[in-house]
Amino acid sequence: MKITAELKKSFYIALWFILLTFPIMVIRVNTIEQIVIWRWVNLLYVGIGSFVLSFLWQLFLKKKSRSVQTIGTKPSPLRRLLYEPKFNRPALVVIAIFTIIFPFIFSHYQVNIMTTALIYVMLGLGLNIEVGLAGLLDLGYVAFYAVGAYSYALLNYHFGLGFWTLLPVGAILAAFFGILIGLPVLRLRGDYLAIVTLGFAEIIRLILENWNTFSFGPSGISNIPRPGLFGIKLNSEQSAIYMYYLLVIFCLLAIFVVHRLKNSRIGRAWNALREDELACQAAGIDKTRTKLTAFALGATWAGMAGVLFAAKTTFINPASFTFLESAMILSIVVLGGMGSIIGVVIAALAIILLPEYLRVFSDYRMILFGAVLITMMIFRPQGIIADMRKKYESHKTSGSKIKGIDQNG
Amino acid sequence: MDNVLEVKNLTLNFGGLQALDNVSLEINKGEIAALIGPNGAGKTTLFNCLTGIHKPAAGDIILHPPQGKSRRLNNFKINQITTLGIARTFQNIRLFGGMTVLENVMIGRHCRTGAGIAGAILRDKSTRHEENLIVNESYCILEKIGLNIYVNDLAKNLPYGAQRRLEIARALATDPFLLLLDEPAAGMNPQETKELEDLIYSLRDDHNLSILLIEHDMKLVMNLAQNIFVLDYGEEIARGTPQEICRNPAVIKAYLGVEASAEYN
Repeated sequence: MKITAELKKSFYIALWFILLTFPIMVIRVNTIEQIVIWRWVNLLYVGIGSFVLSFLWQLFLKKKSRSVQTIGTKPSPLRRLLYEPKFNRPALVVIAIFTIIFPFIFSHYQVNIMTTALIYVMLGLGLNIEVGLAGLLDLGYVAFYAVGAYSYALLNYHFGLGFWTLLPVGAILAAFFGILIGLPVLRLRGDYLAIVTLGFAEIIRLILENWNTFSFGPSGISNIPRPGLFGIKLNSEQSAIYMYYLLVIFCLLAIFVVHRLKNSRIGRAWNALREDELACQAAGIDKTRTKLTAFALGATWAGMAGVLFAAKTTFINPASFTFLESAMILSIVVLGGMGSIIGVVIAALAIILLPEYLRVFSDYRMILFGAVLITMMIFRPQGIIADMRKKYESHKTSGSKIKGIDQNG
Repeated sequence: MDNVLEVKNLTLNFGGLQALDNVSLEINKGEIAALIGPNGAGKTTLFNCLTGIHKPAAGDIILHPPQGKSRRLNNFKINQITTLGIARTFQNIRLFGGMTVLENVMIGRHCRTGAGIAGAILRDKSTRHEENLIVNESYCILEKIGLNIYVNDLAKNLPYGAQRRLEIARALATDPFLLLLDEPAAGMNPQETKELEDLIYSLRDDHNLSILLIEHDMKLVMNLAQNIFVLDYGEEIARGTPQEICRNPAVIKAYLGVEASAEYN
């Protein structure tokens, strides 16, 4: 009974798809010989394909709604791997060893890709502060990334300052820009905030593109020095490895800092702001300050990532800081799971690395990306790894009544 | 008697609508006062003025803290008022649904603590100490309110009555001396209402609170309040002890209409 209803629905969907794709899949006009080719066999493929897919789709949806009812009975294998010390300790050791020996077992090319992916891990973690923790939907995050990259490139070009001097400068400048954009949007939330931040990012990009005397326009800035290592001369391969390790260290630092912030007084205030702005203020939290710290701290990581990016590629131009980049970073946060640190790290690696290793499908990259996003949002809207609240256990015997259990430290 | 809060001739308009018209009230120290009136009388609007959500067009809100000097609250921000010692709950429950019950209360401790960004990242001794203190104090409040079995549950998963009490717990965590409760008994069954009554009494006595509550449950109001203020169409139409209010013709008229009040008399 149920099955026939689903089959019927799939049948109609298949019909609809046949109709929709008819002009492009079936008809082909050969303008040279002036004939129309009717590819009826494509009609069949579309019909069968959409029928099977929609049937599977419905099956999965049903399975999902069934699994919602039985939730909470047993932690999923993934969750156990992450949170039970028995499993996560060895997993951590394996990951650590792999990370350390990675540059020695893989090629120069792979190391470069991994370094790029790690930059996105940093960006994802930074945006996670704004979007995931504080709930400030920022579609212009790339602006802070650009600020970091250009502050390194320009200050180095004009004043000859080095990487290690300009890394904190880039971070501080980005934080400053974070506050600058944060101030006018204090009253805004959700969609309105998204639009304003989007506009802000476009302003920054257009300035970089058009103010030639300041930023050298679309031709960009080249010959940006790589970071120094106590004055030792490194060839390009060595410096790629050095860059890789630098990014590993910065990613670890970002994970550490974001994790600490998350489980702190400030992190809680961010979360409260995300949940209910009015109640949060009525509970005594200063909205202005909380929002601005979220913007500033989020932007700081983008600024540092920008400096590292400029040092890695040694060339930057405005084309690296388009809206697509912001969207990419936002998808990393959303796919990974809002507020979840491990989720964001996994999502960043997946989104940046998979397209590199699946070059066979490079023509369909955006189609696949879109399909993955849609599927994820329907079947797992909470992201790859949903954020878990910190738990506390009461100890009646000891001096303090209650103690926190650190789960993802 | 000492006042903790004095409202003088408070007026607020929403466009052409006179939401509050020359409302005055005083709340004495250690008193439970009630604010009643038909729907749309401006009770919650008055609360919003007192807590800084709306800025009154005219009039004064003057706070007399037990310690420290008196202040005019008209232009304070919401969180500043909370920090000064007025806490409130909301009529339509506004908890942080995605956070745990304990965290909801911990948020209330925010304005009484001061760990900054550096403290959060470095987690030095004083920050750890403060954090432990926050957790313990919050847990004690939950124990008192009777919510300690829910410590790690998400606030949105709590039963309705427990959510209402969690709002009180969160307000209590801000260390107020004046507590504003907006329909705390709404949607509660008689048993829960009775428990709430006991809770409100114990809050006043154990925490030296003065309490102003909006409530439609007249039995609860008559039992609890020493002083009742009645609003109708933004105007104060009566004030007095529960006995006086019961017999006040203006109140009966506002609640039951003209004809019914004629019959009643």
